[in-house]
Amino acid sequence: MSEQLYQRDVYGQALVKLGALDKNIVVLDADLSSSTRTNLFAKEFPDRFFNFGVAEQNMMATAAGLASCGKTVFLSTFAVFAAGRAWDQIRVSIGYNNFNVKIVATHAGITVGPDGASHQALEDIALMRVLANMNIIVPCDGPQTADAIVAAANTPGPFYIRLGRSKFPTIENKNEFKFGKAQVISEGDDVTIIACGIMVSEALLAVKSLAQKGIKARLINMHTIWPLDNETILMAAKETKFFVVCEEHNVIGGLASSVGEVVAENYPKKVIHLGIHNRFGQSGQPADLLKEYNLTSLDIEKAVLSNIS
Amino acid sequence: MENKQLSVKELEVKAKEARRLIIEMLAKAGSGHPGGSLSATDLVVALYFNILRFNPKDPQWPDRDRFHMSKGHCCPLWYAVLAQTGYFPKEELMTLRQLGSNLQGHPARMTAGVESASGSLGQGLSIGLGMSLAAKMDKKDYRVYVLLGDGESQEGNIWEAAMACSHFSCDNLCAILDFNGCQIDGKCEDIMGIEPLAAKWQAFGWHVIEIDGHDMRQILSAYEQAKTVKSKPTIIIGRTIKGKGVSFMEGVIGFHGKAPTKEEAEKALRELL
Repeated sequence: MSEQLYQRDVYGQALVKLGALDKNIVVLDADLSSSTRTNLFAKEFPDRFFNFGVAEQNMMATAAGLASCGKTVFLSTFAVFAAGRAWDQIRVSIGYNNFNVKIVATHAGITVGPDGASHQALEDIALMRVLANMNIIVPCDGPQTADAIVAAANTPGPFYIRLGRSKFPTIENKNEFKFGKAQVISEGDDVTIIACGIMVSEALLAVKSLAQKGIKARLINMHTIWPLDNETILMAAKETKFFVVCEEHNVIGGLASSVGEVVAENYPKKVIHLGIHNRFGQSGQPADLLKEYNLTSLDIEKAVLSNIS
Repeated sequence: MENKQLSVKELEVKAKEARRLIIEMLAKAGSGHPGGSLSATDLVVALYFNILRFNPKDPQWPDRDRFHMSKGHCCPLWYAVLAQTGYFPKEELMTLRQLGSNLQGHPARMTAGVESASGSLGQGLSIGLGMSLAAKMDKKDYRVYVLLGDGESQEGNIWEAAMACSHFSCDNLCAILDFNGCQIDGKCEDIMGIEPLAAKWQAFGWHVIEIDGHDMRQILSAYEQAKTVKSKPTIIIGRTIKGKGVSFMEGVIGFHGKAPTKEEAEKALRELL
């Protein structure tokens, strides 16, 4: 069993490190700092932390004002409230201005668990992906969360970083994280499995099981959704037979759509979408929800087996 | 950079010129928002010529006072005053709303002197709050001014920001409310009542100054008073007339978002001589 970490813990710790190095970093939250873990930064740098109460729209536009004065702003709330509630503020005040605001949205996806549908963001990647200027990272585990935070701090412009609520198993032996460059976790030429976030660990289990059946699956961790690494996708299109794309997000507008768009335009191959199909989430334990919505390693394996010729 | 102080008479001349520029650029563009541009003219002209610290030759001067126009549709006024104060030539105003122009239909950062985009109402006071917090963190003494509309006060984001500016004791921030009483669909009180406005802002912890928004003496004294208020933000509520300065536009709802025709513009310009 590999190490299991909360991405938000790693996020909070990364902020504290960055805050010590760069006095220009300011952190905002909207009454969820103990859940998003920005409270770690607040404790260390109280003069550079602002809690906006339950008012996400104001927090988002205030971040733009701070950024207009040269601050690098990290702000957090749950993904439903960041991408959903304050979308227009992100669009006009952050995206259009191309300001240095890093939105780190926690509690994304179905694995939020018992809180249920209202709190399970299944649309946030789609909402952010349609905004010009918006960079998007979905780290696959704890350590990669720190990499994503550092990349966002060092890259000018707006970012949306999507984190989960539950503990994520750490994916061992990855290449070095490079913003905008996908990580090939396993090589293979039968099928390409592309995943992001917690689905990378599910996909890795599927890859191991498929290997025992003699199927060589290429696994790509697409941690950066925008700008998308078209090159790695198209190489896979040429070298493998079809794609299975896995995400705990609506199949419309997210990672599967992204891959489908690139493949359809440049090198048509079949792309199977494993995600949420026209449903809201519901209460339950994360593992049970992954089963209910057909997002387990077994579902991935099944999708590969039923499409391989 | 400290700007030369103008007399009340000189400010009135500048305001008249700004109104002419607004009419000219809107007539040329063939679309845009004259009503609210003309109602807020005196408030913004007085601010730029006598109150605001800035350097048009160095728009990014870190110690500049910040101005943001939250009611972004009134940017013809902003552009006119930016041209008057030397950010760009007045001839450029005639490119308003054209493809490739630096003067977009609603404010954008490509315009020299514009700090942030606006146009989707309700967000500007939050932008000002961010600027105010940055000044406090950096221990700078620049002040932040945000122009709000009265119809815009129906946006929830305004009141989230109002609460926060007061919570964070933003005494370096001054909001200016262009209270002309009209919005696109009619009179504010008929569409969605916003009164009692002064009492609302007071209840949110603000220092409130109510003035005639077309009286230069009252405007200047309100700005000076705002500078002396400690530990709370100030809002200057200026009672104004939509379309002020052009007889056939004054109080006429239809001129909220309709540019004058060539003939209307000529008539208006004669009145503004």
